Amino acid sequence: MALRVNDLRVHYRTLKGEVKALDGVTFEVGDGEILGLAGESGCGKTTLGKSLIRMDGRMRHAGGTAELDGAELPIGDDRAMDRFRFREVSIIPQYAMSAMNPTRKIGRMVDELLRARGAEPDGAELRRRLDLVELPHTVLERYPIELSGGMKQRMVMVISTLLDPSLLIADEITSALDVSTQKAVARTLTEFRERGFVRSMVFITHDISLTYQIADTIMVMYAGKLAEKAPADTIVTRPRHPYTRLLISSLPEVGVRYSDRRLSGIPGSPPALLDPPAGCRFRDRCPLAFDRCAEEPPAVEVAPGHHVSCWRS
Amino acid sequence: MLRLDAVTKTYRVGAFGGRTLTAVDGVSLDLVPGEVVSLIGESGSGKTTVGRMILGLTPVSGGSITLDGAPVRPGKDYYRQVQGVFQDPFSCYNPIFKVDRVLQMIREEYFPGTAGAQWEEKVAESLEAVRLAPALVLGKYPHQLSGGQLQRLLIARALLLGPRFLVADEITSMLDASTRIDVLNLLADLKSRGLGVLFVTHDLSLGNYVSERAVVLHRGRVVESGPTGLVFGNPLHPYTARLLDSVPRLTARWDGVPQEPVPDTPEPSVLVEAEPGHFVRRVPAPELRSVS
Repeated sequence: MALRVNDLRVHYRTLKGEVKALDGVTFEVGDGEILGLAGESGCGKTTLGKSLIRMDGRMRHAGGTAELDGAELPIGDDRAMDRFRFREVSIIPQYAMSAMNPTRKIGRMVDELLRARGAEPDGAELRRRLDLVELPHTVLERYPIELSGGMKQRMVMVISTLLDPSLLIADEITSALDVSTQKAVARTLTEFRERGFVRSMVFITHDISLTYQIADTIMVMYAGKLAEKAPADTIVTRPRHPYTRLLISSLPEVGVRYSDRRLSGIPGSPPALLDPPAGCRFRDRCPLAFDRCAEEPPAVEVAPGHHVSCWRS
Repeated sequence: MLRLDAVTKTYRVGAFGGRTLTAVDGVSLDLVPGEVVSLIGESGSGKTTVGRMILGLTPVSGGSITLDGAPVRPGKDYYRQVQGVFQDPFSCYNPIFKVDRVLQMIREEYFPGTAGAQWEEKVAESLEAVRLAPALVLGKYPHQLSGGQLQRLLIARALLLGPRFLVADEITSMLDASTRIDVLNLLADLKSRGLGVLFVTHDLSLGNYVSERAVVLHRGRVVESGPTGLVFGNPLHPYTARLLDSVPRLTARWDGVPQEPVPDTPEPSVLVEAEPGHFVRRVPAPELRSVS
């Protein structure tokens, strides 16, 4: 197992108290596996991604562990984590537009970045990877502002994976891109895995259809907890959690005629995580809820590799 | 009927405005009440500019926009008929105004003579049209409402004026999947009550779901237009085909064929009616060209 996360809890400190954005999540990512992390805004997917590499000042590690290739990640300790960043764990941030230093030509910036990490810049390898993402070598002589959104995103992808990290976190990397660019970027990620630039990957997105295209396994989160985790095909064709089912049935598709057929959304909204209710957090919106849902459902493995947190599954 | 006839928008760019940039290039389309037309394009295609020109927020450089045959003159009379809703509901509200006051501003501007009870009835009616319970939203500040609620409230605000046409520019792109579909269904309801909607979007699956007709824009020009079923079921322009091929689906994975860049349609190109109602941008056949 490349990554093993056990009962991880990360809270946000606010003036009103602690927001339990990530409240006890357990999962594993295998070697060479792409895990798609899906869910709506506020479900804790970005918090999970960030806590595996760098927590910002408002976040607090409230419990649980994360283990990468057998070594425990000191996720609560910003300085100790530094040893792992870039070499072991790397991230492609959501906004490539602001991820690069605007005052440096890209080539110089990459050079400085590598030296700061004590690595020797390898120009030939860098150019090979630029070829792979179809960027001209001349981008190294340019400033970030001279690149288009898609080019910047691809450049950041190359930089993030230069030291061949074991785990790559890709957080909503395509949500600011056009559909055709999105496809190219998503494909490049799988290509990176095939070529061994990264070993395994956590691909975070709100778009289940996109996750389905590239992920081996999909994990659906709801209100800071795991709702369901299963192989991609299983999540899409045979979901067991009511939330996953409703979410998937609310997605319109191209190539389907909707003359009079209506899709429906999920009524209500997720609970506030400042003081989340006990029991299943989807209970208030769930059409199948019954008495037992007042008790928190454990994540049960209903079939090999298929985990569901629901009493009804 | 709201009609755009060869509408063009050019901007002066460069240090002294020495170059021109054509953002919208000869776009023609009709919008009739009781119909949803989706205007589909990627970033930079000019789709938002088209919406803004209809709403009089950006001046038109060439061509004409007419409402029932008369040239559009933005002003109160026009805005009673044509309204717009935009992408980001979180930044459309004044954060220190309660919802009541936001709606009250419409009353002061457009309905100064309306009595209190009559106004309240009107508000209740338009809130009901967007399926918001008045008790749930009235008296609240914007930050107390969800994105979907705020977006529906903006539509309700537009409906207070009883418009015949609505420009909806990427109204669902900031919303979660589970609430997005409710806003789309709402557009379908309003359509059946006689509203004409221009649904501007980059998301083909939403356009496919909600609209009767689709217009595909590429670099400011219409490359394909027609009934949604024909445009999505039988795309004739390579750009439309490429877009459809790139959309992630739940029913099939992408095939392994790498994408070729779509070549620009060589000049001169015109919109040709390939089958009834279905237009595609092509180089005209030689005999046609020699005639013109």
